[in-house]
Amino acid sequence: MTEIHTAAVTTSIVVDAPVERAFAVFTEDMAGWWPPEHHIIAAPLADMVLEPRSGGRIYDVGTDGSECQWARVLAYEPPNRFVFSWDISLQWQVETDHAKTSEVEVRFIAEESNRTRVELEHRHLDRHGDGWEAMRDGVGSPDGWGSGLRRFASWVAGSSGSPGGTGVTASAG
Amino acid sequence: MTTYGNALTALGDPTRRAIFEHLAERPAAVVDLAALLPVSRPAVSQHLKVLKEAGLVRDAPVGNRRVYSLDPAGLTGLHDYLDRFWNTALHSFKERVEHQHQKEEHTDD
Repeated sequence: MTEIHTAAVTTSIVVDAPVERAFAVFTEDMAGWWPPEHHIIAAPLADMVLEPRSGGRIYDVGTDGSECQWARVLAYEPPNRFVFSWDISLQWQVETDHAKTSEVEVRFIAEESNRTRVELEHRHLDRHGDGWEAMRDGVGSPDGWGSGLRRFASWVAGSSGSPGGTGVTASAG
Repeated sequence: MTTYGNALTALGDPTRRAIFEHLAERPAAVVDLAALLPVSRPAVSQHLKVLKEAGLVRDAPVGNRRVYSLDPAGLTGLHDYLDRFWNTALHSFKERVEHQHQKEEHTDD
């Protein structure tokens, strides 16, 4: 079976928590759940900060006090909807050209008083430009190929030992 | 056709990661890799076999040597990366939000 690569990734999860709490933890406690291997900041991570308003910034803070803004809050509608940009290029650098950034929409749907469905869509991946479909397109590129691969390898290695790693399947699967 | 799971398993081993990273720099034969790494030639061959089965490297004869290089087809792109990433992240989020909830319930008792 061949998987067709679309320009969006969708997934979802159901959590045993009220919708307000789910929204709050997702947006106010990102450092508490964001996979620790996946940070673009050079320094060791001290915190992740989200400015809770449309137009706010999302940035990593390093232990040395450095900051790295990698996203913009596009919609902040507690407790049901949160949209942010993904300002990270294929070369794992902060993308300053907003036309070349994708976006992530997260919807929080109350199923019961203590049960929330979280639906996530990361879309417009094609905006990142040539090469978003496969790293193989970077083989001929002198820039970014080595560092991208190292990131890829270290990310894979970091993820393989995490709980729920290889057995996880997307909701669409 | 490789699967992401295979790549995960193959690169979970630090020696295989080192081999993978060396091959990202330039193609190499078993003897070259064994000279660069603190492992024997048979061990390098075994690791290369796993990487090859995972679709991450390929080999081709060059003269009387067999030269290994990364297999571009086995390297996943942004879509696969993000698919993987968000599944991991949402499970981590679930643990976080439910763990906090339990803690607060205990506090309330």
